[in-house]
Amino acid sequence: MRMRHLLTLFLLPGLLTAALANPYETTLKNGLRIIVKEDRRAPTVAQMVWYRIGSMDEVDGASGVAHVLEHMMFKGTPSVGPGEFNKLVAAAGGRDNAFTSRDYTAYFQQVPKEKLAEMMRLEADRMRHLNVDPKEFAQEIKVVMEERRMRTDDNPQSRLFEQMNAVAFQAHPYRRPIIGWMNDLETMTAADAKSWYDTWYVPNNAYVVIVGDVDHREVFALAEKYYGVLESRALPVRKPQVEPAQEGTRRVNVKAPAELPVLIMGYKAPVLRDVEKDSDPYALTMLAAVLDGHDAARLTRKLVREDKVALSVGIDYDSTARGPGMIYLHGSPSAGRTVADLETALRAEITRIQKDGISEQELKRARAQLVAAQIYKLDSMFGQAMEIGQTESAGIPYQKIDRMLEKLQQVTAAEVQAVAKKYFSDDTLTIGVLDPQPLDSKARRAAVAARH
Amino acid sequence: MTMKRLLTAAIALLAAQAALAGVRIEHWVAPGGARVYFVESRVLPILDVQVDFAAGSMFDPPGKSGTASLTRSALSLGAGKLDETAIAEQMADIGASLGGSADNDRASISVRTLAAPEKRNAALDVLRTVLHAPRFEAAIFEREKARTISALKEALTRPDSIASKAFWGAMYPDHPYGRQASPESVASLTRDDLAAFHARYYTAANASITLVGDISRSEAERIAEAIAAGLPKGSAAILPAAPQPTAGKTVKLEHPASQAHIHIGLPAIERGNPDFFPLVVGNYTLGGGGFVSRLMKEVRDKRGYAYSVSSYFNPLRQPGPFQISLQTKRSQAGEAIKVTRDVLDGFLQQGPSEEELAAAKANLTGSFPLRLDSNRKILDNVAVIGFYGLPLDYLDHYQEKVRAVTVDDIKRAFSRYVRPADLITVTVAAD
Repeated sequence: MRMRHLLTLFLLPGLLTAALANPYETTLKNGLRIIVKEDRRAPTVAQMVWYRIGSMDEVDGASGVAHVLEHMMFKGTPSVGPGEFNKLVAAAGGRDNAFTSRDYTAYFQQVPKEKLAEMMRLEADRMRHLNVDPKEFAQEIKVVMEERRMRTDDNPQSRLFEQMNAVAFQAHPYRRPIIGWMNDLETMTAADAKSWYDTWYVPNNAYVVIVGDVDHREVFALAEKYYGVLESRALPVRKPQVEPAQEGTRRVNVKAPAELPVLIMGYKAPVLRDVEKDSDPYALTMLAAVLDGHDAARLTRKLVREDKVALSVGIDYDSTARGPGMIYLHGSPSAGRTVADLETALRAEITRIQKDGISEQELKRARAQLVAAQIYKLDSMFGQAMEIGQTESAGIPYQKIDRMLEKLQQVTAAEVQAVAKKYFSDDTLTIGVLDPQPLDSKARRAAVAARH
Repeated sequence: MTMKRLLTAAIALLAAQAALAGVRIEHWVAPGGARVYFVESRVLPILDVQVDFAAGSMFDPPGKSGTASLTRSALSLGAGKLDETAIAEQMADIGASLGGSADNDRASISVRTLAAPEKRNAALDVLRTVLHAPRFEAAIFEREKARTISALKEALTRPDSIASKAFWGAMYPDHPYGRQASPESVASLTRDDLAAFHARYYTAANASITLVGDISRSEAERIAEAIAAGLPKGSAAILPAAPQPTAGKTVKLEHPASQAHIHIGLPAIERGNPDFFPLVVGNYTLGGGGFVSRLMKEVRDKRGYAYSVSSYFNPLRQPGPFQISLQTKRSQAGEAIKVTRDVLDGFLQQGPSEEELAAAKANLTGSFPLRLDSNRKILDNVAVIGFYGLPLDYLDHYQEKVRAVTVDDIKRAFSRYVRPADLITVTVAAD
């Protein structure tokens, strides 16, 4: 275990046992948690502020407000003018951005380590003191509509995925797109964004993750200084909005200008709620690795390489989330083959696992990749901060990350076969198909004008 | 772990930390002429090896666009005694992975592996096999050809791909950078085209090898030598005539998308150009500095015209483009282009203010540690230095060269390379 010794030495020279405590955590009186992972490999640091608020907390008619507010967070406070936040980060030699998911909204800066204190000051300032200026809002909402056009409206695969979720979920807010429906964006006001901010942006609804060349005690002191003065406030009750059981296959077709058809088969699947007691999410993760974990894993090997029924094929499953889970199979049929051919082939692969299971060799290979990935992940401070933040966002303590990896290692071939039988059921299946349309229905030649 | 090994580890660690302050690149030439670049990094038990060849799409034979890309992707689809499944499985079995692709200039193949000898030896065995003895099997080649043609057809329906293809075609009418793979050019290829391309360009004299990670200099020497020894000696690639300046023009293509895709630019500088620093520092203010650039302020913040707008220099082996790109609602494309051109014209006349220049320098020098804070980033940087023959102390002097740039340097360099009369404008889906 050279790796462990090296890291131990590296993180806390002279204090071999203390390194086991890394990452370190403290909770301020206002409820804000500060998680610090010391990583001394380079003189940089990543700060991420995670708010437990995402598009799933929105209501009908206001879809997209979580993401719009994320944009507005760069538009100033009484002490930092509009656009100044980015300017100050840039002046510090930093990079910054933010992202909104169904489950959370997160903000980050990567900076030389000397600049961490200033980044903490800036994030603390906008945690409770944001201006939501109607003029700034009027410009920024246009930017968000352009973002929607770019990411979704002009992207056939994204449109298909948006429609899939709108059909797969009916009661649960995962049915709404993160970016929001266009009409909701068109009618959103600065007051909507302000109300969102006032309700949810409080220290007791957030946690800070810091990974880098820092001493956790100094970071805790800085956190007390900058974040400690912010007041907490009680949060509204969040209703569970449990999705009723699906009882029959649902289908959705999307027509869009494209060349290749796309098929997505999404099955309802569990996510991890209890790290110790749950077992199916681990088995589903290993199932996904066996089906699609490398270039010659089952799906690509059989459907793309051997049978040539697909141009590409894959599987997506995320074992952690605040809301309900899905496991998606997706692909595009080869020229001369149809979506129906691809669906048949994917179903045959599912049946094969249900009937014959997987081999020890396949499982061993997936485990080897998992072990290596845990070492490779240490090559990125930002990646480590993301892992801690995302795990926490799903309600799982970051201290359980290693335990989750152990549990993954313990998954047996029989368990993988069992989850394939249990969850690949037509009753909980939603099928989405992209039906490609010619670019110009009148088939007129694209005009080319050249002007010198 | 014995006390002696503990001490060794501690010393290695200190060395690694020192190295990160300024990456120490060791360089030598392997037998056969392959150039080797090595950075010892003991922090993590990882080894990255990347082999770059001057075998990018600029070397596609006339009429056979797509050769370089297909040759590169075919390497790992059967080599020596290993079929494509065995290659993928052997790498997965040890948690290693193969990466890399072909761009305009370079064909790259890389391996990331755990550094423990039994792991890395197995991974490097596969790397050497795919480099030295790719099979280019006919059946697999036909399958990949069909997949490539489908993907190209799909790309031809996408406004962003259409815009990019038209932009490069207009900038480089008589240079290979302007020629791109099409369904027709790929359909005409044979497996022999790939084998011939491999034989010509995947040679020791045409290769640079970059190693970053948890190995010693002598281990790096042995690894590089074994990679080079299996390659034919060959000769360095011969570059085509440099692209000639072309007169500016506007190309307008129709498309049903809701947003217009817009590119404005022209061929500018090659790698190693002495004006690189004035151009990069100046471009930070114009459109390279993310949220704080003039283009972002005027096009996005003030008017809400676009989600993303940026400008950048893309220096290649031969003069690569200066490029401004944005997307906007199709009905306001004309307005957005006008604002963009006003920003550009104002910048070309005035250059940055002293305050903007100071901000650019503060960011570009201050953020320097972020460019090198992982093995992956070090590998990327050192591979570029090696492939393009940049000075070995390029990274050491980066910050001082940024600091030395003046407003006059920027104005002079921009007026030389960004000539308004020569700008190519491409729009797709603009009303």
